[in-house]
Amino acid sequence: MSEAYREMWENLNLDLAAHDGLLSVLGKFYGDIYMSQQGRLKGMEYLDFVLSEVHGLRIKELQDAKARGRKIVGTFCVFVPEELALAVDAVQVGLCAGADAGREAAETLVPRNTCALIKSFIGFKLARLCPYTESCDLIVGETTCDGKKKAYEAFAEHAPMHIMEVPQTKTEAARALWKAEVLRYMGKLEDLTGKKVTAENLAAAIKTVNARRRALQRLNGLRAARPAPISGRDVLLINQVSFYDDPVRFTGAINTLCDQLEERIKAGEGVAPADAPRVMLSGCPMAVPNWKLPYVIESSGAVIVGEESCIGTRNTRDLTDESGRTLEQMIDALCDRYMKIDCACFTPNAERLDNVESMARDLKVDGVIQYALMFCQPYAHEGIKVERRLTAGGIPSMSLETDYSMEDVEQLKTRVEAFLETVR
Amino acid sequence: MILGIDIGSRSIEVVGMAGGEVVEKRRAPTTFNPVAQLRALLDGLSARRAVATGYGRKLVQDLDLGYPVETITEIKAHGLGAAHHFPEGRTVLDIGGQDTKAISLLPGGRVGKFEMNDRCAAGTGKFLEYTAQIFQIPVQEFGLYALGGDEPPIINSMCTVFAETEATSLMAQGVRPENIALGLHLSIARRTTNMLQRVGLVFPLIFVGGVAHNPCMRRLLAEQTGTVEGQTLLVPAEPDMTGALGAALWCRSLVQG
Repeated sequence: MSEAYREMWENLNLDLAAHDGLLSVLGKFYGDIYMSQQGRLKGMEYLDFVLSEVHGLRIKELQDAKARGRKIVGTFCVFVPEELALAVDAVQVGLCAGADAGREAAETLVPRNTCALIKSFIGFKLARLCPYTESCDLIVGETTCDGKKKAYEAFAEHAPMHIMEVPQTKTEAARALWKAEVLRYMGKLEDLTGKKVTAENLAAAIKTVNARRRALQRLNGLRAARPAPISGRDVLLINQVSFYDDPVRFTGAINTLCDQLEERIKAGEGVAPADAPRVMLSGCPMAVPNWKLPYVIESSGAVIVGEESCIGTRNTRDLTDESGRTLEQMIDALCDRYMKIDCACFTPNAERLDNVESMARDLKVDGVIQYALMFCQPYAHEGIKVERRLTAGGIPSMSLETDYSMEDVEQLKTRVEAFLETVR
Repeated sequence: MILGIDIGSRSIEVVGMAGGEVVEKRRAPTTFNPVAQLRALLDGLSARRAVATGYGRKLVQDLDLGYPVETITEIKAHGLGAAHHFPEGRTVLDIGGQDTKAISLLPGGRVGKFEMNDRCAAGTGKFLEYTAQIFQIPVQEFGLYALGGDEPPIINSMCTVFAETEATSLMAQGVRPENIALGLHLSIARRTTNMLQRVGLVFPLIFVGGVAHNPCMRRLLAEQTGTVEGQTLLVPAEPDMTGALGAALWCRSLVQG
């Protein structure tokens, strides 16, 4: 795809040589991890295409949208309400944060003991490698952890930032703070786009985003089948793509895929044998193209049947109530929906323990693998609690801590294989 | 004959079984050419099936030895091997060349919970080998040497490189080298006991792997865990053959179906 898009990348001021390098690594990585899979669904061709054009056609679409006066909003977190951006006809995209890129440059802005995800988004910006970041008219950060909070201060020197304060508790006062932040963000979007959020456009946006969540819920429901009809790698990819693809087109593609899944389940077909160990992932988000651990797990003979993660069920489990008629009612419905997110930044966060356990039971898993990015305090802390809860419930689990580098793949393999030996 | 093959980072062990008995034991250093080392070790052995373990387990599978080769992880292998020596054992500690593993055992040598050191070789045989060099002592004699100490300084660095720096500055302060050696052993024993507690340390504890040969490590481990060697702390005669033995036992169970 390189030649056709060169001029566009040049206009976005990307470092073309380094960007070529990134794309060729990404292409090879994708070939090894995705295209090598047996018995994939026809519907995955859409995802393959979207991913092959991740820095091409989709960026072209964003540029075309900008030319027509639409604004592009970049985000890093499931707390930023996409409904508001859609209501003012902006395009919301999740930004690149899943690959080791520009690390040395990033370490001039943030301490070395910072998680790989934060270093990645800063590295992508400083190394001029992410056409999404470069396309953004506004980038929205949030206060979900100390690392991100302080990193956004440094990032603001390089990009147009707006920070939403996410509360740390779920009290009435916290809910009031969150509502104030949602309204302040709404004002920011209205200033940016020159458009007003109305009951009409917000109702439509709520429906659009809910429809995408329903499609992903449907997909997750179908995975409970035995044998598992789709690989965990593919579902992770679908979740990753949901953050930057056009929501309506994406929803259609996923529903088509789900139709195929239903047929496959009816025929009793799976991507892995019926007795393959079923594993659920739980913990930190895996931003595109972070496929390391899912690949290690599935190439060890297991199949991943759930992702309890922001790039997974934490983003799709709860819908926004659609019964509101006035703008005020809809804003309240949005606030309520987003306050249900069981992010490890909350204290206490007991509902997450319930959610992890019930998800593991619904999906009939043989074991849970907890995944934490190195230096991610919130999820590392909760990992201890989650493990206790699962052990008490008789569900085997294991915790792994890693980052985006490949140097520990063999050690991870040994641990994963040993864990699978214990649950088989 | 059936074989258990353990390709670790420092050494390769082979255990052959026939008629339910161990009939062959061989070992060689891994070196940078493990394939050639293994072929030399297997010379003259006619086997019909093998199970490979250790970080080089996939390597064995790709060798085309002329008989089927399955793989199991070193965690499962050490659980099986240790339980074979001591069926009453409840926890296993393996300190090998670059890995330390703590394993809680279920009946029959099955693995309950396990913990492993992270990506670096802190607190493993490699750490001892490296720090022994500071004293210009072969690693095999390092334990005896350390037993000559009586007042170990606290050494906090588990990073091999930093531990050397710390040991060097202790020497500059005039601390007796035997005490520094004892302090280095103690730092491993502490860290390892911590790992054992994370899998729920229940006795008897079985200590295997090459480092179980080290008398200072055995004594300190007994002190740190509150065990008595020969009673609640059990060490087989050839602790470094445990992984290969476990692999051979698994091979036997596969043959028997």
